[in-house]
Amino acid sequence: MRAVICAGPPTSGKTTVLRHAAHRLAERGRRIAYLKIDVQYCDEDETFARELGVPARKVYSGDLCPDHCSVLVLGDALAWAGRESAEFLIVETAGLCLRCAPYIEGALGLIVLEATSGMNLPRKIGAMLTLADLAVVTKIDLVSQAEKEVFRANLLDAADIPVIETDALHGINLEPVVRRMEATPELVQPSRLRGSPPMSVCTICAGKKEIGWEHHFGIVRTLDSDLFYRGQ
Amino acid sequence: MEIREISVIGGFGKTGEPEAVARLDMRMGDVVSIVGPTGSGKTMLINDIALFADANTPSRRRVLVNGEPAPTIFQEDPSRNPIALITQHTTFLSDLPVREFLRIHARIRRTERQESAVEETLAFANELTGEPIIEQAAMTELSGGQTRALLVADAVVIGNSPIILLDEIENAGIDRLRALKLLKRYRKIFIFVTHDLRITLLSDYRVALLRGAMRAIIPRVEEERRVASRIGRIDEIMVAMRDRLRAGEQLIERELLGDLRQVLDAPSAEVMR
Ligand SMILES: Nc1nc2c(ncn2[C@@H]2O[C@H](COP(=O)(O)OP(=O)(O)OP(=O)(O)O)[C@@H](O)[C@H]2O)c(=O)[nH]1
Ligand SMILES: Nc1ncnc2c1ncn2[C@@H]1O[C@H](COP(=O)(O)OP(=O)(O)OP(=O)(O)O)[C@@H](O)[C@H]1O
Ligand SMILES: [Mg+2]
Ligand SMILES: [Mg+2]
Ligand SMILES: [Zn+2]
Ligand SMILES: [Zn+2]
Repeated sequence: MRAVICAGPPTSGKTTVLRHAAHRLAERGRRIAYLKIDVQYCDEDETFARELGVPARKVYSGDLCPDHCSVLVLGDALAWAGRESAEFLIVETAGLCLRCAPYIEGALGLIVLEATSGMNLPRKIGAMLTLADLAVVTKIDLVSQAEKEVFRANLLDAADIPVIETDALHGINLEPVVRRMEATPELVQPSRLRGSPPMSVCTICAGKKEIGWEHHFGIVRTLDSDLFYRGQ
Repeated sequence: MEIREISVIGGFGKTGEPEAVARLDMRMGDVVSIVGPTGSGKTMLINDIALFADANTPSRRRVLVNGEPAPTIFQEDPSRNPIALITQHTTFLSDLPVREFLRIHARIRRTERQESAVEETLAFANELTGEPIIEQAAMTELSGGQTRALLVADAVVIGNSPIILLDEIENAGIDRLRALKLLKRYRKIFIFVTHDLRITLLSDYRVALLRGAMRAIIPRVEEERRVASRIGRIDEIMVAMRDRLRAGEQLIERELLGDLRQVLDAPSAEVMR
């Protein structure tokens, strides 16, 4: 199994990028599974199932921070994708919390940012950007040449990662993203969270990086269950 | 890298037939128009060029630079990309003041002559627009025409892009013919997607598209310069009539016929002025 974890602010173009990439992977005979993690509403799973006919599902994090939710459910999700005999698990996260980052070791961490979000955005987001492997900048069809360049300069100032500019709506320049996905190595389990989440009170926040709810205490959930309390 | 020539190796049209034009070579200094009915693939063609397509777009075209595949750095870093594409949707989103914004762009683009490049950009943009640009204004406060003018000026001067692609400049709210004349002072490859008769006739040659395929490369012949010139005079008549309407006057048929007759009667040798 190879995993792609995609983060980015709301409406930055995550789904649009992943849909095009998934299409191209499918064209090359790659089997993929798709998981969307969101807070209370999303319908990307239906789009993926309808358009690509791939196993797709969603998880609502509800009262949990969606990136915390992802830590809890990702272990189960990898097993599910395995049962669906997928070679790639593509996870689209909600990306609401700029302090958290859902990337795990051994998976491709993808951040999607829109060029229209203002040239200073790269300076405002932390771990979600700095812990990613690859930044995809969307909506370059809408901004001036000058702003494209300034956006990139600010991005590279904030994080030392490769940057790919795309017009995701028209599927332009997504080939390098697909190549990067294909070059992702097999995920070695057990996998761990990449960075330290911000200070808070749960076991994840306290620095326990193990993937899978079995490793955590307090308010947890499985891929399929509601939240429940797990004490030590 | 010095760019001397950019070539498009023909691919396939929308219905899958190979393009009639197997190869399009555009040399430094060329002014090229892309023409064809709505939906014929004009935008697609300039997108292919802007992307340095390598048989990886729906048209399967390939784009060569000086006869070779383009270096990957062109795609990897917008500030190293020799092509500036100004689409119908391109705009500025920054609310920084105009001069400050241009300074930031100049700083990441150039090591020297930053301040004079900013001056030149502003001066050029002002030549293109009717209303001069207020330097303290936010980029987002500029009018549609001013925005286009500044997009073009910034790409030409600060960006110093050797290849400029412009999608439908006639709808940009700037004087298209004046823009063309001013642009020709810079030695670049200019590629215009256009429905405009006069822009087409002022180009060195035009590429005609149909159903997604390059159908023919048509050179502009000497006779067409005269045609362009006569059409220009008819244009002037129409502009004058519109001005009179705007001034609240009434139009007189006899005057129109007289003006048109002058255009018809001008001998070919004289029509070029
Ligand atoms: N013009 C343009 N529009 C884009 C581009 N990428 C995405 N969009 C549009 O932006 C909107 C949001 O895109 P999505 O892909 O749904 O964004 P998202 O990040 O998945 O959004 P959430 O999952 O809701 O957070 C859609 O209307 C897309 O069509 C692009 O490169 N250019
Ligand atoms: N060679 C091709 N192969 C496949 N699809 C193509 C090809 N050329 C164009 N298309 C598709 O045809 C549609 C219309 O093309 P495009 O937008 O480039 O037309 P246009 O000439 O710019 O039209 P307009 O004058 O309305 O702007 C687009 O969806 C484009 O992707
Ligand atoms: Mg989405
Ligand atoms: Mg078009
Ligand atoms: Zn969080
Ligand atoms: Zn926590």
